[in-house]
Amino acid sequence: MSPTQWDLPVELCCRPMAFVTLTGLDVVYNAVHRAVWDAFCANRRADRVPISFKVLPGDHEYPKCRPKRTSYEWYIPKGILKTGWMNKHLNLVPALVVVFYELDWDEPQWKEKQSECATRVEIVRQSLQGRNTKVAVVLIQKKTPLPPGEDVIASERAAALCNACELSGKSLFVLPHTDHLVGYIIRLENAFYEHAQTYYYTEIRRVKSHKEFLNKTTHQLLFVRHQFKIAFFSELKQDTQNALKNYRTAYNLVHELRAHETNILEIKTMAGFINYKICRLCFQHNTPLDAIAQFRKHIDLCKKKIGSAELSFEHAAWMSKQFQAFGDLFDEAIKLGLTAIQTQNPGFYYQQAAYYAQERKQLAKSLCNHEASIMYPNPDPLETQTGVLDFYGQRSWRQGILSFDLSDPEKEKVGVLAIQLKERNVAHSEIIITLLSNAVAQFKKYKCPRMKSHLMVQMGEEYYYAKDYTKALKLLDYVMCDYRSEGWWTLLTSILTTALKCSYLMAQLKDYITYSLELLGRASTLKDDQKSRIEKNLINVLMNESPDPEPDCDIFAVKTAQKLWADRISLAGSNIFTIGVQDFVPFVQCKAKFHAPSFHVDVPVEFDIYLKADCPHPIRFSKLCVSFNNQEYNQFCVIEEASKANEVLENPTQGKMCLVPGKTRKLLFKFVAKTEDVGKKIEITSVDLALGNETGRCVVLNWQGGGGDAASSQEALQAARSFKRRPKLPDNEVHWDSIIIQASTMIISRVPNISVHLRHEPPALTNEMYCLVVTVQSHEKTQIRDVKLTAGLKPGQDANLTQKTHVTLHGTELCDESYPALLTDIPVGDLHPGEQLEKMLYVRCGTVGSRMFLVYVSYLINITAEEKEIVCKCHKDETVTIETVFPFDVAVKFVSTKFEHLERVYADIPFLLMTDLLSASPWALTVVSSELQLAPSMTTVDQLESQVDNVVLQTGESASECFCLRCPSLGNVEGGVATGHYIISWKRTSAMENIPVIRTVITLPHVIVENIPLHVNADLPSFGRVRESLPVKYHLQNKTDFVQDVEISVEPSDAFMFSGLKQIRLRILPGTEQEMLYNFYPLMAGYQQLPSLNINLLRFPNFTNQLLRRFIPTSIFVKPQGRLMDDTSIAAA
Amino acid sequence: MAVCIAVIAKENYPLYIRSTPTENELKFHYMVHTSLDVVDEKISAMGKALVDQRELYLGLLYPTEDYKVYGYVTNSKVKFVMVVDSSNTALRDNEIRSMFRKLHNSYTDVMCNPFYNPGDRIQSRWALLPVSASSPGGPYFLCPYPVQVGPTSCVRSSPGGPYSCVRSSPGEPYSLCPIQSRAFDNMVTSMMIQVC
Repeated sequence: MSPTQWDLPVELCCRPMAFVTLTGLDVVYNAVHRAVWDAFCANRRADRVPISFKVLPGDHEYPKCRPKRTSYEWYIPKGILKTGWMNKHLNLVPALVVVFYELDWDEPQWKEKQSECATRVEIVRQSLQGRNTKVAVVLIQKKTPLPPGEDVIASERAAALCNACELSGKSLFVLPHTDHLVGYIIRLENAFYEHAQTYYYTEIRRVKSHKEFLNKTTHQLLFVRHQFKIAFFSELKQDTQNALKNYRTAYNLVHELRAHETNILEIKTMAGFINYKICRLCFQHNTPLDAIAQFRKHIDLCKKKIGSAELSFEHAAWMSKQFQAFGDLFDEAIKLGLTAIQTQNPGFYYQQAAYYAQERKQLAKSLCNHEASIMYPNPDPLETQTGVLDFYGQRSWRQGILSFDLSDPEKEKVGVLAIQLKERNVAHSEIIITLLSNAVAQFKKYKCPRMKSHLMVQMGEEYYYAKDYTKALKLLDYVMCDYRSEGWWTLLTSILTTALKCSYLMAQLKDYITYSLELLGRASTLKDDQKSRIEKNLINVLMNESPDPEPDCDIFAVKTAQKLWADRISLAGSNIFTIGVQDFVPFVQCKAKFHAPSFHVDVPVEFDIYLKADCPHPIRFSKLCVSFNNQEYNQFCVIEEASKANEVLENPTQGKMCLVPGKTRKLLFKFVAKTEDVGKKIEITSVDLALGNETGRCVVLNWQGGGGDAASSQEALQAARSFKRRPKLPDNEVHWDSIIIQASTMIISRVPNISVHLRHEPPALTNEMYCLVVTVQSHEKTQIRDVKLTAGLKPGQDANLTQKTHVTLHGTELCDESYPALLTDIPVGDLHPGEQLEKMLYVRCGTVGSRMFLVYVSYLINITAEEKEIVCKCHKDETVTIETVFPFDVAVKFVSTKFEHLERVYADIPFLLMTDLLSASPWALTVVSSELQLAPSMTTVDQLESQVDNVVLQTGESASECFCLRCPSLGNVEGGVATGHYIISWKRTSAMENIPVIRTVITLPHVIVENIPLHVNADLPSFGRVRESLPVKYHLQNKTDFVQDVEISVEPSDAFMFSGLKQIRLRILPGTEQEMLYNFYPLMAGYQQLPSLNINLLRFPNFTNQLLRRFIPTSIFVKPQGRLMDDTSIAAA
Repeated sequence: MAVCIAVIAKENYPLYIRSTPTENELKFHYMVHTSLDVVDEKISAMGKALVDQRELYLGLLYPTEDYKVYGYVTNSKVKFVMVVDSSNTALRDNEIRSMFRKLHNSYTDVMCNPFYNPGDRIQSRWALLPVSASSPGGPYFLCPYPVQVGPTSCVRSSPGGPYSCVRSSPGEPYSLCPIQSRAFDNMVTSMMIQVC
């Protein structure tokens, strides 16, 4: 009995192939024969026929064939299947024996050679006596044969040779030893294959023929045996369909056998074999579901067939093997292209195999716990004469006995004992671990991470049982975090308990401490008594003593461990262990909380560290230190209590270093921030809590950031969701869940104690030097130094504003583009307490709109905080939004000399330009002067003197000017003619003397100039008097280059009599002027219509009287006649 | 009937897990935990289907030699897992489905309980909180749900009115047991007992 007793035999697991032996080949010394043999056996690819070849000497003795039984009447079979049978037909009894012989058709000594060949055939036949094995002859020839039928000698001699050897023509082959050896060989082996198939066919027939002799009572075993043989021969024949059919029948027959404790193993063994064959063939036929169904049926049928209770571990071993073998078949099929799924993959079978292997171990443990004094029986009952069993699945001490009664109970007892003692030596854990790791590999492939973790836990536990604690710990540690992150505390606790045992047994200090910390924590589901035990052990370890052994550990292992722990104590070395808690759930929780999200630099920064222990007993820690991103603060945040090692548990509830379970401990820390850190964030990077001290052992729990471990984020989430009412606690206590970690704070500058006032008169007017008076008053208790002012446009506004805003301190000169939009850090000296200073700023805004202005005052002051003198930089800023508006609106219009609105002006004819300046400023404006700058195309008719000098305009008031201009003829100009600029110099009336005057330049609109053919203007007095002569002179100017025919008529008016030409037709030469003189004599007083002058130009029909009316007056005021004759007026008339 | 019933939170930690006390509890914990592999896979495959057409019952998750594990997932991704003995042939798919539905209803009742904070492990007991310290012995709270308090139980002053809990003897420690999660407990117990 080998340890691999349960392994399936090789001959069962291989693919059966037709067995053909080759004789007469000398593969050692004959190169030709060697080449032939190589061609047969080298490079056998899948497309070659499935034959297994073997070279044997011609006189090889084949297994003897037992004489044929003529009757089965008295035959009682001793078992189901002989152990040698499969091997015999795979490797010993050939389907075909081939005799190789070197013989050419033109052999001179033909006769001799022929008889030698016949002898060889005869010898082979002799050793195969009684078997149906075929014999074939292959002639190795040097010459290439002629096509069949052409070589007369060849066919003659072939027939003769067949006769001599008693061979059919089909069994004689010729192998020319030429270039195409492989081709010939392939043809040869195809022929061999046909012969082999015929052989197996006849074998199947032969086995079938036995059937009719069998009866159901005594030959039950033979039914199974024959059915198995038929199926096996079918497989050899490569008829897998029939093989499967016959195996299925055989399988059913096996279960029909009468089972008893004595033969149950044999039945199970055979059932297992046949099941294996069926599953294998099903996978081969690509019907995996059939294979699975068969396997399920097989397991269901055999699960309960335990057999002898004393050897029940054998059943478990067998079951395990069944699952493993199926898993292997499944896996092999997948490698050949089958697809498996998450819920149906080989992993499940390996897992189940492992489960049965574990059961086997359990059973073996309870059944094989014989005392050491019991010796292995001698003679060995498991030993047989041949060294192997005759039949599969039988007991070596009662082979071939079919009776269900135990003939020799004593012998049976010894045999069982022997098996049990052997089982004790089996490395069960190794088997289990192998199976589990097979399963792990599968589940990894089929996306089952949790299943994988579970199996790894089992592997770890198995390593623990196998006392390989290093590997156990490695595996357990690896999977722990999966359970932790998913919050399966029961499972985590169970894993941790095993891990703690491993670390105890190996005296791994750091691991031991880590696992203890977590088992004491809130994630552990251990009972309080267990927790207290662990806590006690942990304290022992910290005091540099050995812990008590963990319960349920192997006694011998504990002894070794105790020695290891003792060594650890004497061993000097690093006794400080730093353990990062972010990856697990320790029994101390920590939360850091700054009192505020920001602190002023002159106020001490305060924060609390909250600690809570979940262990059953109070625990004292030795040191707490907090680290910051700026390490200079670390020194201020350390609590250390020099306590002796043995004081860890003394005075447990006293002192702030002692944590009482369930109670939240608050520790307040204070420090003064550095002035360099103003505007920066202070962050707690870690909190270190030390348990134990350097003289013993010391554990430093390290929290990253402001506390929190692997479980706390989920807890915080739950607490935030909860609307549970928390019970009231005494004043100084807080609920753990209500504490929210605040691990960082901002340091902000000290609150300034100065006032900044701005005085100004909004809105600002475009381009003016707007005055902003800044008043800074110190309210500080001490002198402030280095006061600096930054003022101007607040950064971050529209970029265009920066271009169009300029700030200066000097209001006496206009600032231009070169001035900045923001004046920075203007030093204004020191200020004593209560002192006040004033600064004037001038802002020039080039565009309208609103702007934000910033006034920022910074200063230094010496402050004492927490008995430390620090220099604080304070600053205060004020912003103000100032609207900029136009100071005035300027309206410009063109009118004729008659003050009539003009759409366009006429070349060379005077017109009026009227400007209207309407003040829009809420403050009074002084127009210092105005100026009209004419474009070259314009000429003035009279002086261009400003008419609005030093006019003060209140809001809504306006100042108008009027200029008489003339535009010489320029021909037709597109878009009109430029008029020029109107420049207004102004300032606020309220502005100081030295404030410069602002010149606002207004571009006057373009005007369209039109030429007219004839210009008429009239010379007439400003008024007339009744019955006094009124001389009127019309000037007609020809503005064209042509001679003009002009028809003139004067229509009479009721109010006037007149003398002069009433109707005339005349010609005016180009550029010349014609005067027409009339004497009007007014008859009525009042505003009277003059006799109208009608002019008709024959060349210009468009020249109408309406146009004419624009130039000449149509009415005149006539004064009534005076009472006294005024001589002078008469004289003037 | 069922040998183990578990409720798993959206984040895959157990909210409630009960198994037959006769057997190794840990084994079932592992079994439920490993079944989440299949649940996850099924949910991710289901993700594409429309919400209203979604079948909550996930069917058989995976068979082991001795047990069958069934799954069910609510719309809020809370999972129910039920482990049934393989030998129990009386339970067909339809029965399992209706058991899950009952369980879901019971769970919904738990969620409706104002004392239950979603995401907390479902358990029957927690401390009684007085409404005001100024009224010792007075009514503790008024709530629309029936609750049990230590030795006394809640009284309804008028039909359909709120329940009020009165402390009978001052100074005694009380525990509060909202009926809803006890009802859930009872429902699970009934499912586990029935056929066994």
